Amino acid sequence: MPKVLVVDDEPNIVLSLEFLMQQAGFEVTTAEDGEAALARVTEDPPDLVLLDISLPDLSGFEVLERLRQMPQGASLPIIMLTAHGREVEREKGLALGADDYITKPFSTQALVEKVKGLLGEAS
Amino acid sequence: MRNEAVILGAAFGYLALLFVIAAWGDRRASQGRSLIGSPTVYALSIAVYCTAWTFYGSVGRVTTQGASFLLIYLGPTLAMLSAPFILRKMVRIAADQRLTSIADFISARYGKSRMLGALVALIALVGITPYIALQLKAITLSHAVLVSYPNPIELQLAEERFWVDKSFWVALVLAVFIILFGTRHLDASERHEGMVAAIAFESLVKLVAFLAVGVFTVFMLFNGLGDLFAQAGDDPRLRQALDLSAVEGGALGWSGLLLLAFLAFLTLPRQFQVLVVENVDERHLTRASWLFPLYLLAINLFVIPIALAGMLLMEGGDPDSFVLTLPLSAGLEGLPLLVFIGGLSAATGMVIVETIALSTMVSNQLVMPLLLRSPRLGLESRGELRGWLLGIRRVAIVLILLLGYLYHALLGDAYSLVTIGLVSFAAAAQFAPALLLGLYWRGANRRGAIIGLLLGFVAWAYTLLLPGFAQSGWLPSSFIDQGPWGLAWLRPYALLGLEGWDIYTHSLFWSLGLNLAALVGFSLFGRQSRLEQTQAALFTGALRRDAMPASLWQGQTSRGELRDLLTRYLGAKVATRVLEGGRDDQPAPPALIARTERALAGALGSASARVLINSVVRGEALDLEAVLRILDTTSQTLEYNRRLKQKSEELARIGEELRAANERLRELDRLKDEFVAMVSHELRTPLTSIRAFAEILRDGKDLPDAKREQFLEVVVQESQRLSRLIEEILDLARLESGRLTLNPQRLDLAVLARHGLAAVERLQAERGVTLESAIEVEEAWVVGDPDRLAQVIINLLDNAGKFADDDRPRVRLTLSRHKAHYRLAVEDNGPGIAEDERERVFEKFHQIKQQQGGKRRHRPKGSGLGLPISRGIVAHLGGRLWVEPAPTLGGASLIMELPAAPESGEGEEGTGEG
Repeated sequence: MPKVLVVDDEPNIVLSLEFLMQQAGFEVTTAEDGEAALARVTEDPPDLVLLDISLPDLSGFEVLERLRQMPQGASLPIIMLTAHGREVEREKGLALGADDYITKPFSTQALVEKVKGLLGEAS
Repeated sequence: MRNEAVILGAAFGYLALLFVIAAWGDRRASQGRSLIGSPTVYALSIAVYCTAWTFYGSVGRVTTQGASFLLIYLGPTLAMLSAPFILRKMVRIAADQRLTSIADFISARYGKSRMLGALVALIALVGITPYIALQLKAITLSHAVLVSYPNPIELQLAEERFWVDKSFWVALVLAVFIILFGTRHLDASERHEGMVAAIAFESLVKLVAFLAVGVFTVFMLFNGLGDLFAQAGDDPRLRQALDLSAVEGGALGWSGLLLLAFLAFLTLPRQFQVLVVENVDERHLTRASWLFPLYLLAINLFVIPIALAGMLLMEGGDPDSFVLTLPLSAGLEGLPLLVFIGGLSAATGMVIVETIALSTMVSNQLVMPLLLRSPRLGLESRGELRGWLLGIRRVAIVLILLLGYLYHALLGDAYSLVTIGLVSFAAAAQFAPALLLGLYWRGANRRGAIIGLLLGFVAWAYTLLLPGFAQSGWLPSSFIDQGPWGLAWLRPYALLGLEGWDIYTHSLFWSLGLNLAALVGFSLFGRQSRLEQTQAALFTGALRRDAMPASLWQGQTSRGELRDLLTRYLGAKVATRVLEGGRDDQPAPPALIARTERALAGALGSASARVLINSVVRGEALDLEAVLRILDTTSQTLEYNRRLKQKSEELARIGEELRAANERLRELDRLKDEFVAMVSHELRTPLTSIRAFAEILRDGKDLPDAKREQFLEVVVQESQRLSRLIEEILDLARLESGRLTLNPQRLDLAVLARHGLAAVERLQAERGVTLESAIEVEEAWVVGDPDRLAQVIINLLDNAGKFADDDRPRVRLTLSRHKAHYRLAVEDNGPGIAEDERERVFEKFHQIKQQQGGKRRHRPKGSGLGLPISRGIVAHLGGRLWVEPAPTLGGASLIMELPAAPESGEGEEGTGEG
């Protein structure tokens, strides 16, 4: 069963993502901030990451950059989830190697399809 | 016999008034509030053209020459109408080169020739003396008529006993007056604003006086013009006098007179002075070009009626005195006095301006050059020359007037007033070829001008001046009738057998003809010096500023010399910039010399720059006058530069202010963008949860009830959060725009604090937070909005709960009196707030950095708007809100301080324990 890592500091958003991923048949792990997310990837490598940008410690962009430099994270599918809707940020995320970029609030169906699509390709 | 004392009193009173006007004009000029900065004043000052000759002589001329006097005013009218082509150019050149007289002007045109300048000054002196004599004669005559009418006047023959001759004293009084008037100070531009103001005033006085006589004559002595002309028409003698054929020399005489008046208007020294030298603004010419002709029309309106009336009523009287004798014959007292003052205006105006102009020429063109050249005086090495210049001028003024007196005394009666005037006109007209041709023909050269002037002057003297001497008996009268030594072809009024012309046209033909022929001939076959070429180009191209060819400087000079010049006047930096590279001992190319000149001209004025360049290019020594002029221009330039600097500093300051304002605006704009982004981010977060769970609930029909409940609860919570957020944002907006409506009233902060504690108690207990309080005062009366203050207190308590210690969170509220304030402090036992963060927590959307490490309690996130809003509210109520380290619990302490309300027993009772 593919494993999805949800990184967000908003408990209710984590709750909804957790439920959606489990409903779609994935195993879910969570992290509240950037450092925790990086630790989780090393300890318990996921198959896909849903990554928020405004985290309490690091920014999502930093986490993304560092993940891409890690052996476990180089080809890991990563979807950025963010409440920053500005175009420059979207471009920055994609340029840094995010596989997709989803603006909050998002459509649950679209999110699930994207995750499935990325995992289907990956597996 | 009228009272001599009254007449003298009026005359001196009038002169004193003139002097006051002049002094006032000078003072205003030195204050920079010129009295003469108006085209009307300019036009009136030009009316100095109308002298005693106009005032008394025009009427006289009608009786012998009919309407031909009008030509004398038609000429100037034509000249003024052509002002855009001729006068404008002269004014422009004189201003550019700071030329001070017609002698200076002509000399400058022909390569600053000293000889030419001296020649012009000399001719002017000789030619204009009769004209000054005429004014003296007019004043004396009018005075005598006024005193002795109706008895015939007896003018003493003066050469034996000049001290009983009134004219002598008139001359002396005028000399003193003019010295006071025109040489009080020395101005390099030779402008006399005070004099011009006085002259303009005089023009008004003489016009009013003349019109008064005219109206009196036509409407008091006769019943209007119709009556006058009807009576005149009955007299065949008068009919003939008005006939056009009365003009000497017929049509030729008309044209001659017209040409003479046209030229003299431009070349008479006093006209040049007021038209060109005293012109303060080139644009004044526009109005003057119609206003002045209008003035001439007005002052000539009644000439013919007065002449006719005089001939009808004053049989055998002197026509030149009709203006005075007509009102006298009617037994009037006041009007004759006004006429006398009018005539005095006309005469003094002319004498003042003419003498000042002539004395300037004599000192600058004749005397100073000689003195400066005289090695014995060693003037060049003396520092203070102004005293010398003024002294020379003063002596010159006295001499000129004495000369005028002598002319008047020795041969004053040979010619009538008009005749004397025309003799002077003809002399001044000799300047016309050199002046006018020099303005338009670049080829006209110095030698041609000098020889032309000399020949013209000799011809003039022979055909007009000498016959005057002959008529006065100083030469045998056969000189006129048979020619000198009986040579008929040399007769001065019929030279080479040219007979049948009037004497002026005859004289003009020979003098101007020879003058022009010599000027053109020698110019065509002669060569110009380089300086002359430059000046000729500048004069002819004066109205085309940039037409001056840059490579006119053909002389030899080195870069080093140019560098010295530039360094001396403009500083080393400019010198380096202008000269660019190149070694100092290299010869300077013409283009570089032109560049240097332009640089110098920018600071010193073009004339000075030219002189300076000239001094190095041709190695000519600078003459003293040039140095004086340069010094004068330089000080003016410095003043100008100072003002310019002031202005530019002002501009720089305004620019700086604008830049700062722009910076602030940009900053505000950036902050606004940031705020919008933050707000959008904050709104999206709860919205995300709401949408996600709403969709989950919509799609998941078969969710277990427990899950459904949980998710619905999230939706409700997040919706509330969203509402709160919107409320906060609106509060903030109202606070920042100053539209927050507060409802201030006396209230007890202690009560409010207890209510606040009660309100958060349950929530804090859920979070495991221990609430403590230390309310040290019984009552704490402040003025505030109870709802808003409660909001602040709850917000502070809520915040403290979030940041209290993870394991045993504690929050403590204290309320105490602090001098004239009450302090409400809320502290926690959390990690505290770092020093540099303490102010930033009050920034919008600022999220306090969480300490890392340790296991973490679930901590609800704030919007980051609570503290900024709280601080805004407290500030609105006149208090303060700030952060300190907590004294008791060791974390952060947020302190709200409000001023204690003024004691008021009534208020306390009214709202106590509310």
